[in-house]
Amino acid sequence: MGIVEAILLTVVTAATPLVLASLGELVSERAGVLNLGVEGMMVMGAVLAFAATQATGSPYVGILAGIACGALFSLLFGFLTLTLVANQVATGLALTILGLGISGQIGEPYVGMSGIKLQPIAIPLLSDIPFIGAVLFKQDLIFYLSIALVFGVNWFLFRSRAGLKIRAIGDNHASAHALGIHVIRTRYLAVMFGGACAGLAGAQLSLVYTPQWVENMSAGRGWIALALVVFASWRPWRLLAGGYLFGAVSISQLHAQALGLGIPSQFLSALPYAATVIVLILISHNRRMTLINTPACLGKPFVPDR
Amino acid sequence: MRIELERRANPSLLFSVISPFLALALTVFAGGIMFALLGKDPVSALYSFFIEPLLDIWSLHEIAIKAAPLILIGAGLSVCYRSNNWNIGAEGQFIAGAIAGAIVPVVFHDWHSSLVLPLMLIFGMIGGALYAAIPAFLKAHMNTNEILTSLMLVYIAQLFLDWLVRGPWRSPDAYNFPVSRDFAPEAILPELVSSGRANLGFVFAVVAAVGLWIMMRYTLKGFEITVLGQSERAGRFAGFSSRRMIWFSMLLSGAFAGLAGISEVSGVIGKLQPVISPGYGFTAIIVAFLGRLNPLGIIAAGLFLALTYVGGEAVQLTLGVSDKVTRVFQGLLLFFVLSCDTLIQYKIRLVFSRFRQTTEGGAH
Repeated sequence: MGIVEAILLTVVTAATPLVLASLGELVSERAGVLNLGVEGMMVMGAVLAFAATQATGSPYVGILAGIACGALFSLLFGFLTLTLVANQVATGLALTILGLGISGQIGEPYVGMSGIKLQPIAIPLLSDIPFIGAVLFKQDLIFYLSIALVFGVNWFLFRSRAGLKIRAIGDNHASAHALGIHVIRTRYLAVMFGGACAGLAGAQLSLVYTPQWVENMSAGRGWIALALVVFASWRPWRLLAGGYLFGAVSISQLHAQALGLGIPSQFLSALPYAATVIVLILISHNRRMTLINTPACLGKPFVPDR
Repeated sequence: MRIELERRANPSLLFSVISPFLALALTVFAGGIMFALLGKDPVSALYSFFIEPLLDIWSLHEIAIKAAPLILIGAGLSVCYRSNNWNIGAEGQFIAGAIAGAIVPVVFHDWHSSLVLPLMLIFGMIGGALYAAIPAFLKAHMNTNEILTSLMLVYIAQLFLDWLVRGPWRSPDAYNFPVSRDFAPEAILPELVSSGRANLGFVFAVVAAVGLWIMMRYTLKGFEITVLGQSERAGRFAGFSSRRMIWFSMLLSGAFAGLAGISEVSGVIGKLQPVISPGYGFTAIIVAFLGRLNPLGIIAAGLFLALTYVGGEAVQLTLGVSDKVTRVFQGLLLFFVLSCDTLIQYKIRLVFSRFRQTTEGGAH
């Protein structure tokens, strides 16, 4: 395997959690719910996936635990913002703070323990293709899932009836309600999908990216995922591209550190965060385009009139 | 069973008073369950978490030390949140203030004067405000979401501080430890009373909070903040500029966070080191909401959240529980505060049968 393939492999590994977490958030935001708790759901998924893997010896059980934990944890957010119409920004922050706290607590016995890595599955024939075979078809299950989900979500949102309903709710919840669409119920499902994706992204961190548990191991990726949704202007394909762009940025800083270019490592570590700010500026400085792309009811509370 | 909300004709005065206390009670209850799950006796654990720290002077000083930055930052943030500007990067502005203020005692360490401390505090405020000016500019003029930019800047500030104390500002006589040189005595924030540890930072916090309370209640600016926060359109008709408000609220909260930052390194730590805050900038968000975005309420809320830090350390010592319970308590508290606030605007009804829904929703 050549050096280029090796680098590309690390890019894929770094991009997958970003793609997954932002994809879930994209669906939730398309339904009009801004969940700033991605970071919290992600880190909860990471710790539960690690714990379940340690307990059973199977990373696949870990994946399931991560997904379930993310979805359940997001229900807490859903209950507050959808049923009790609490402020979405503040509740999302609460979810992140709580997630970081609880995961630290649960993960305490696992600190320093070596984990079990999710093994790649080579797809017959395709994995033998030179160059791209090793990068794209000798990956782990979570990578394949992430790509399938991008396809699936894109189809679902823009080609299915349920997807149309979700977009309608996100753009105008009052009209959607008047048309007889269950706004709250649909939003619950969208939020739970977001939670499940964030949990899966967390599982990827503790089973593939670095197979161990480190406190706060999501390290701001949940927030970068939120920025990616804006970057992608709420479209799954652009999100895939954005996820890989950011994956490449965060990996390039690791390689640059290894090369020792004389740039302080802290400056290189700050690169993904600085890139996020710059990308946000480039995407949103056109006020009209932002207005067209943003779901019109994003972050607004909805109380059905009875 | 379903939960239905019914909007009250007027916000409930009763619930706006008791909702923070209800939230506290629920948090303590949930905390008891958590301790029980950890295999500790909940009553004694809660006692050493919430009550014991109030019983000795040392802990009370500790509470004042930790409440100071929380109140100061939380009060600044309340202006932001009231005017609908979501600055969640106070942690970064705290660090920026600490770095800017530390220029005086670290770079000009040979300069000894009684002007050192005032200059440090001013630099700290400017540093915090300038750092908050980045998301303010981006929101006001580039239409960029301030939540994400202000948060990203937190990570950048942390890394920059890390680089400073390991690189150019590392003390020549610290045996390669990543710390700056110790601040000279005239660069140290004086203690409140000579016997204890609490410093002037607490006074800054209370003065700032009371000042803001007066501003919010008695000045046109306070009215402007409230109007623009509730309805930008209404504010525009009144001739208020939401762009100017972005600048005002962000710079104000940034300056407060910066002052908290320099007060912390000058009064408590006495030098710069890679980590200078146990998440004060984030906890202050909880403080702001628990205090119902009212500066006086924020004083009380700041004291309570400071207690959770001290209580966390206490249970770590006495029961051997990890101090991460503090973060869990803080997260739970914010959850309960936000849920209880629903009661102010809405009546909550539990609906047990589907019957009422189908008869009333007669459209189908």
